[in-house]
Amino acid sequence: MKTFFFHLMPYADLDLSYTDRHNSAWVTLPNSYFDPALGEKLYARYIGELELADRLGFDGICVNEHHQTAYGLMPAPNLIAAALARSTHQAKIAILGRALPLVSNPVAVAEEFAMLDQMSGGRIITGFVRGIGTEYFASGTNPTHSHGRYYEAHELILRAWTEVGPFRYHGRHYQFDYVNIWPRPSQRPHPPVWIPSQGSSETVEWCAAAKRKYTYLQTFSPVKSAKKAFDLYRQCAEREGYESQPSQLGWAVPIYVAETDEIARRELKPHIEAFFNKFLHYPLEMRMPPGYSSIASTKSLIESKFAFRMKEMTAESLIDLGMVVAGSAATVRERLAAFAQELGVGNLIAMLQIATLPADLTEKNLRLFASDVMPYLRAQGVKAPLPMAANA
Amino acid sequence: MHESVIEVAGTKLRVCEAGEGPAVLFLHGVAGASWDPLLEKLAAVCRVVAPEHPGFGRIPVPDWMMSTGDVAFFYLDVLQALKLGKAHVVGHGLGGWIAAEMSIRSTQRIRSLALLAPAGVESPDALFDDIFAWTAEEFAQRHFHDRTLAREWHAAQAKLDIDVVLQNRTALARLAWNPRLHNPQLPYWLHRIDVPTLLIWGEDDQVIPFACHKPFLREIRQAELVSLPDSGHALPIERASEVAARLAAFFQRAQMSKE
Repeated sequence: MKTFFFHLMPYADLDLSYTDRHNSAWVTLPNSYFDPALGEKLYARYIGELELADRLGFDGICVNEHHQTAYGLMPAPNLIAAALARSTHQAKIAILGRALPLVSNPVAVAEEFAMLDQMSGGRIITGFVRGIGTEYFASGTNPTHSHGRYYEAHELILRAWTEVGPFRYHGRHYQFDYVNIWPRPSQRPHPPVWIPSQGSSETVEWCAAAKRKYTYLQTFSPVKSAKKAFDLYRQCAEREGYESQPSQLGWAVPIYVAETDEIARRELKPHIEAFFNKFLHYPLEMRMPPGYSSIASTKSLIESKFAFRMKEMTAESLIDLGMVVAGSAATVRERLAAFAQELGVGNLIAMLQIATLPADLTEKNLRLFASDVMPYLRAQGVKAPLPMAANA
Repeated sequence: MHESVIEVAGTKLRVCEAGEGPAVLFLHGVAGASWDPLLEKLAAVCRVVAPEHPGFGRIPVPDWMMSTGDVAFFYLDVLQALKLGKAHVVGHGLGGWIAAEMSIRSTQRIRSLALLAPAGVESPDALFDDIFAWTAEEFAQRHFHDRTLAREWHAAQAKLDIDVVLQNRTALARLAWNPRLHNPQLPYWLHRIDVPTLLIWGEDDQVIPFACHKPFLREIRQAELVSLPDSGHALPIERASEVAARLAAFFQRAQMSKE
């Protein structure tokens, strides 16, 4: 199993009492809550943590894109990836991902990723997402065009990477008379594509299609939902006439390792609760702009997931649901190994800095994870679970 | 009231119709099609034809119909197909915007234009608040001046089919997400509107601010304004009698001015 260190780069100095006056950490929380002097320190610290992960031997380090939010300070993740391309040496650099519908020029995304691939010596993994609902408020992009723009931009980028230019692209949302990118990416036929999602069946099926075989990442959700999405992936692969590999699946989960279970739980508690209750905090209207998802998905989200998210989460309930893994190295090892086996997943995307988790605890977490958990996971082969009954 | 589904130029359209007399095409607002008290009162003196905008309700919208400009051309085709002669076009909010977009394209089949707190043109001193960020409750409160009416309306909305409510929000976003509820080019074409035009606006409109009447009044030659104190955006409900009376009188004047 491969292990990746995922950083959200949250604004860790956020005044958590903001909820007394504001109903969102996204889009409408005034940026007077952001102190540029503290921000500078955070960027230096976070880039240092990603560089440390490279030295500690992680298979990869991951960044991602969000806009106008305390949740993550990477509206332009490729800027961070560019810095890492020069300062890291062995780890893959995964950008998970760029939010395609938000950009007016997908060719620029193809160009930037190609540059990163060149600059990193072919170490990048690219990711394509639609962005969460709030990004449509932040960017002005019409959410009813979200799917259309995503699929077109994806097609255009893949063609820009793999076809000899110049060629023309005249789509419904994007029109270009000259697509002919310089540079071309290092990796052939193109850099790997990973797709993070929360388990929409449409996305899972799209990734699993034989002509794509994109690695599917399940992000921040209960183990049960991850299992459902991965099973669907395997079923789709079977329908498409091939057997999917654990390497085609990734599971993103916050992890915290400390000296003992008791210490881990005590140290993690305020930060993981801040993550789910303060940083992942937005009104339903902003999470689900009209047309962003189909009517059926919108209804099920309103009924299930959102109701669930709206409750105040406690560290204990999050650990029980498998949304967080925390404990001594032995506990974390066992739990991750068991989950990995149950899920048949070959990539672990470990979020080891969590919301307000300070520098010293983050470093301890990284080092303990790298020395006492990672070697064990790496040695362990993961097999796809036995094929389920077709209607399981 | 009689309901039917017609097809015009390949697009299906649900239409509610009632009454006899001069033809009135009524275009509904952001909340979706609804046979409000205003329509009932108008139907006593006119033939009211009230379509549900493409994309709203249960009928799938063609992929290509993406803007109020597209919908405006479509309704010009509808006027032709329905053989109404010259119709009085009345639009509320979103429907007012569409009615204005129709009228700058052609008034060949339009006798008069009545805009009830129309969207479409934003006044620099009165930018629209973000309708898509409102909860259902806030949406209701902002539609009415009268708190009790707002509560009653909200309770009634909550009982509607959730599929239709979500579809209506999607249809609105499709037409009005960016720029929100207006077309920056529209003010430059309003001068083309050459039919009698009546603007009716609630002074306490929290959806499309009252101050937005100014560009319409300035650019449309035959425009007159009726401003209603203590009124919100939901004119077809909150001010049904008064608006119906104003419209009936206006239709009569418009009819005479042409004959």
